[in-house]
Amino acid sequence: MSSMETSNLTRETLKRMFQEGKRFDGRGLTDLRDVTIEYGVSKKAEGSARVRMGKSDVVVGVKLQTGTPYPDSLEKGNLMVSGDLLPLASPRFESGPPGFEAIELPRLVDRAIRESGMIDFEKLCIKKGELVWTVIIDAYPINDDGNMIDIANIAAVAALRNTVMPEIDEAGKINYEKKSKNKLPLSKETLPLSFSFFKLGDTIVLDPTREEEEACDSRITFGISEWNGQLMLNSCQKKGELPLKQSEVEQMMEILPGKFEELNKKLKKFL
Amino acid sequence: MRNEINEAHEAVEELSYSSEAKRKIVVPGEVIVEGDDYLPGEGTRREGSKIVASKFGLAEEAGRVVKLIPIFGAFVPRRNNVIIGRVTDITYAGWLVDIDSAADAFLPIEESPRFINRNEMDQYLAVGDVISAKIWTVKGKGIDLTLKGKGLGKLEDGFIFRIIPSRVPRVIGREGSMVNLIKERTGCQITVGQNGWIWIKGPNTDSEIKARKAVEFVADKVHVNGLTEKMEAWFEGSE
Repeated sequence: MSSMETSNLTRETLKRMFQEGKRFDGRGLTDLRDVTIEYGVSKKAEGSARVRMGKSDVVVGVKLQTGTPYPDSLEKGNLMVSGDLLPLASPRFESGPPGFEAIELPRLVDRAIRESGMIDFEKLCIKKGELVWTVIIDAYPINDDGNMIDIANIAAVAALRNTVMPEIDEAGKINYEKKSKNKLPLSKETLPLSFSFFKLGDTIVLDPTREEEEACDSRITFGISEWNGQLMLNSCQKKGELPLKQSEVEQMMEILPGKFEELNKKLKKFL
Repeated sequence: MRNEINEAHEAVEELSYSSEAKRKIVVPGEVIVEGDDYLPGEGTRREGSKIVASKFGLAEEAGRVVKLIPIFGAFVPRRNNVIIGRVTDITYAGWLVDIDSAADAFLPIEESPRFINRNEMDQYLAVGDVISAKIWTVKGKGIDLTLKGKGLGKLEDGFIFRIIPSRVPRVIGREGSMVNLIKERTGCQITVGQNGWIWIKGPNTDSEIKARKAVEFVADKVHVNGLTEKMEAWFEGSE
């Protein structure tokens, strides 16, 4: 089944509504939907989490493997983020080779987590230059009702915190059946989150539904985390043809700390 | 766009408290009744002496006929259906229209209510415009539309959104009672397409939001008796 693309009239109505500061679900323009996190959804994965935000739903699993380090970081473990937009999640997704969005989503999650320093890669080294742990994060949207990137990011962070290292013997053979007592070496304070601002006309919205997201002209995603009591911008990516004004980016920067705190609070009871 | 998976959860929740009527939930292949006296109605078929469901929905016996109200279902185009579609392309002979069904529909230039110059077709209907049209023919080759008729044509202002097509009869109600109630209470113009797309245009944003919420409220109630009264109460409660 295919679904209709956004029509001219719906776009105009949404533009008008956003200018009045209204949304169909009654939220304000920068209000976030409620979040719920469920752990241990996958038995085979070393760590997993399912995050629901409104009707959006993403499952993330973390798998640990051993491998050789990259030549430029002999003492560090590796991180791999992959994802797939399953046709199950939305009528817009087709099976087949990954499209632009299916490549963008894991890459943005990858950057937000990697650059925040949440994972202590040096502790993932088993034998310098020969054997290191590779952390594989797989993100699978189950239901797409907008804002996939931010939600996948939350799910990835939750799944990483849920991850337990498997047993490994001296020969380097992993016993996946037996869980060790060690958790994945993570920095406790760091909580990388991503925030995507969407622009339609002259207004900026956060956490859009699918309908709103499709009507929007451009998007900018920030990966932020807290470091030594200060907010740190880890990554940033813009999509869409419509340019952003300097004043708009400044406006986003004013909103960000408050929203980071709000989402942190919402996540606290689950983490 | 609303997604089918979550709606499934909602639908099942709704069912749990509406099952006091003589309806039962059936899955495809389930035997509804046995006996040669019964006749298979919509959504059911006969297998030997049994009446078997061919869809997931609520089965009910209306006299000798066994009917099935499907909970989900794609839109199956039929002649004379009024639908809401989006223009996706302009060809030399007409417009291609996405009507959210398996096949694209075609609106020939001759079927517009007034004469259109072939060189200026996009001034009448451009790509991305929304029309309410009637299905003229459904053939193997495709679906043909017409704009000749009362209330058909290009939709200006307002917005469109989608509900599950099999719930359209609920939203319309008996002889349009439900949609008229919503129109009356919100002061909005509403056009319900058989393909599940609904157009709403109101005097202000608040009434439009309210009308949409009302329609979604109705569409979420898969089967509740006396829904019009419930709807009245809903409006009283939200005022």
